[in-house]
Amino acid sequence: MPEMTYLQAISDGLREEMRRDQSVFCLGEDIGAFGGAFKITDGFAEEFGAERVLDMPLAENAIVGVAVGAAAEGLRPVCEMQFADFISCGFDQLVNVAGKLHYRQGVAIPMVVRLPSGGGFSGGPFHSQNPEAWFLQSPGLKVVAPASAADAKGLLTAAIRDPNPVCYLEHKGLYRHVKDDVPEGEHVVPLGEARIAREGEELSIIAYGSSVPLAIEAAEELEEDIEILDLRTLCPLDREAVLTTVRKTGKALVAHEATRSCGVGAEVAALIGSEAFEDLDAPVRRLTAPDVPIPFSPPLERAVLPQLEDMKEACRELLAY
Amino acid sequence: MRESESSALAVEPVRGAREAALTREDRAQLYRFMAMMRAAEERAVTLYKQGKVPGSFYDGRGQEALCVGAAFVLGPRDRTCILHRDLGAHFVRGVTPDRYLANYMGRTGGVTGGKDGNMHFGDRELGSVGMVSMLPDMALVATGMALSFKMRREPRIAMTFFGEGSTANGQWHEAMNFAGIHRLPVVFVLENNQFAYSTPNELEFAVDPVERAAGYGFPGVKVDGNDVEAVFEAARGAADRARAGGGPTLIEGVTMRMHGHGAHDDMRYVPREMLEDWERRDPLDRYARRLVDDCGFSHDEVERISTEVRSYVEECARRAVDSPMPDAQTASDGVFAEHWAPLGDGQAPWSRWSADQSPTSGDEANGSNGHPRFREAA
Repeated sequence: MPEMTYLQAISDGLREEMRRDQSVFCLGEDIGAFGGAFKITDGFAEEFGAERVLDMPLAENAIVGVAVGAAAEGLRPVCEMQFADFISCGFDQLVNVAGKLHYRQGVAIPMVVRLPSGGGFSGGPFHSQNPEAWFLQSPGLKVVAPASAADAKGLLTAAIRDPNPVCYLEHKGLYRHVKDDVPEGEHVVPLGEARIAREGEELSIIAYGSSVPLAIEAAEELEEDIEILDLRTLCPLDREAVLTTVRKTGKALVAHEATRSCGVGAEVAALIGSEAFEDLDAPVRRLTAPDVPIPFSPPLERAVLPQLEDMKEACRELLAY
Repeated sequence: MRESESSALAVEPVRGAREAALTREDRAQLYRFMAMMRAAEERAVTLYKQGKVPGSFYDGRGQEALCVGAAFVLGPRDRTCILHRDLGAHFVRGVTPDRYLANYMGRTGGVTGGKDGNMHFGDRELGSVGMVSMLPDMALVATGMALSFKMRREPRIAMTFFGEGSTANGQWHEAMNFAGIHRLPVVFVLENNQFAYSTPNELEFAVDPVERAAGYGFPGVKVDGNDVEAVFEAARGAADRARAGGGPTLIEGVTMRMHGHGAHDDMRYVPREMLEDWERRDPLDRYARRLVDDCGFSHDEVERISTEVRSYVEECARRAVDSPMPDAQTASDGVFAEHWAPLGDGQAPWSRWSADQSPTSGDEANGSNGHPRFREAA
């Protein structure tokens, strides 16, 4: 099994699906000759032609809206937002059109919106956001957020094959820093299934995306018996996996890079509070960004985004409770 | 004018275009569909006043020629995104009045089965992807369907409708621009009904939107939106051109919204003389006169069509009222799809399609969703 970076795995998954299925095509800004801002589609135009690696004008509603129409007609569009932040400019098509067509009229919209998300590189308030909670408040959209290279490929494959609009959050900080074994050829990770990223007995860290490698690093450095649940899919949420790990350890830390209020952490904490209250040995804690825009300057950005030391401190507190 | 390769206006001859040659039956159909829209909307107003329609009520009185004339050119495999003042286009494609009325009442017999109301529907079985309230979102969706036709080299077109109010929104530009860049087979039907809710043309744009088409590299055509055959001719030209690879067309039909934005709107902002002036240009009256004066119809024949339509709509209204309300248990059903399924084909009543040799044309493609009474009477 070859080792790949998270970024290579996304490319690999997309290429595999485009080879397998003629109806899969990509559309986005600067994805053709340039290969995309992060080079996910590098070489794709040469292999698949300009029509299936469609360079779009700077118009996010057009990217999403055109994909909706193409998907209704049976194509499998994979949209690239150059940065996840720009989905705000295509939000209307995503939320009001794509997300509601099946409920209202039974029209399935099989499309993926790839969303390079996350901060940590001085991208500032418009190139660093983690907008997943926006989508979770919009019925009809599935939401995935891989943390490993293997999952990045497997979840993308599943997202492309799913008959619904899927928001695929790929964390930019993981692109070149996460590297693991990725199955060659077809690799599917079903949507809606979390995975245990590390086994433990004393505390559960429930995380996704960039917070998973951060949690693993913290657990290793602390040398504590910590279990880490990688949610992988945020909608539909693997509720059973959340409850199972909490019932096992009795303590839960929910960690994500996105802002705090009404985020995934709030939802997971509410789930635990209502379904596993009697299994808890400590209050459910959250480690998240505060409710502020992501600032530009490195010390300010570090102050906002959860750091390794923050993760370790949150673990220590809960373990000592 | 500099013409880049991608934005050049189409000059190639239209392949397969035939003379319009509306037959006598085509003309009877055009009148029937307009009369059906008028009758169904009048019936719906009654249901609204009886308190059977939750929410408000919206109609397209005065705009019958525009939606019927444009949709009449469509072939079975073409696709539509139809707006809330275009009931006639739904009828042309095969939606029956009972399903329209039931949709207004939130009943299971409605096109959306109660999931969405009033005119927010499209029958997927008839190749229609229904509108949302945000305008003109569907212009981009239709453009996307057109992109899929182009990618698959299929001689099909998408047709989408929007009002002049929509041309102020950025998504209008995004759709026009993208369709122009790739010369996609899409027909944009702009219904200038003089008002966006209460806002008149002079506060909506500085330049007539039809003139903007040139800026996107494709033709803009302005027609009398209350003349069903004029609309038909403009749409036929646009559809033939799109089907032949010539790219999009923007058709502006000039018309008038004869009722308020919704039933709650008293139209105090519309000058009385303006309404009276447009009343004299009523598309149904005009076409009835034309059928008699120029097309060899007798008064009785035209009257008979009206009468038949009214009794058919009445029968449909009974069916709609009898349709049950949805089971509350189903409110959470259908948020996600289990699988993708192709959209069905729409009815294509224009005689050109039944004469066509293509395998999906003719009666078979018209499906079982038609208006049986009129098909027998035809």
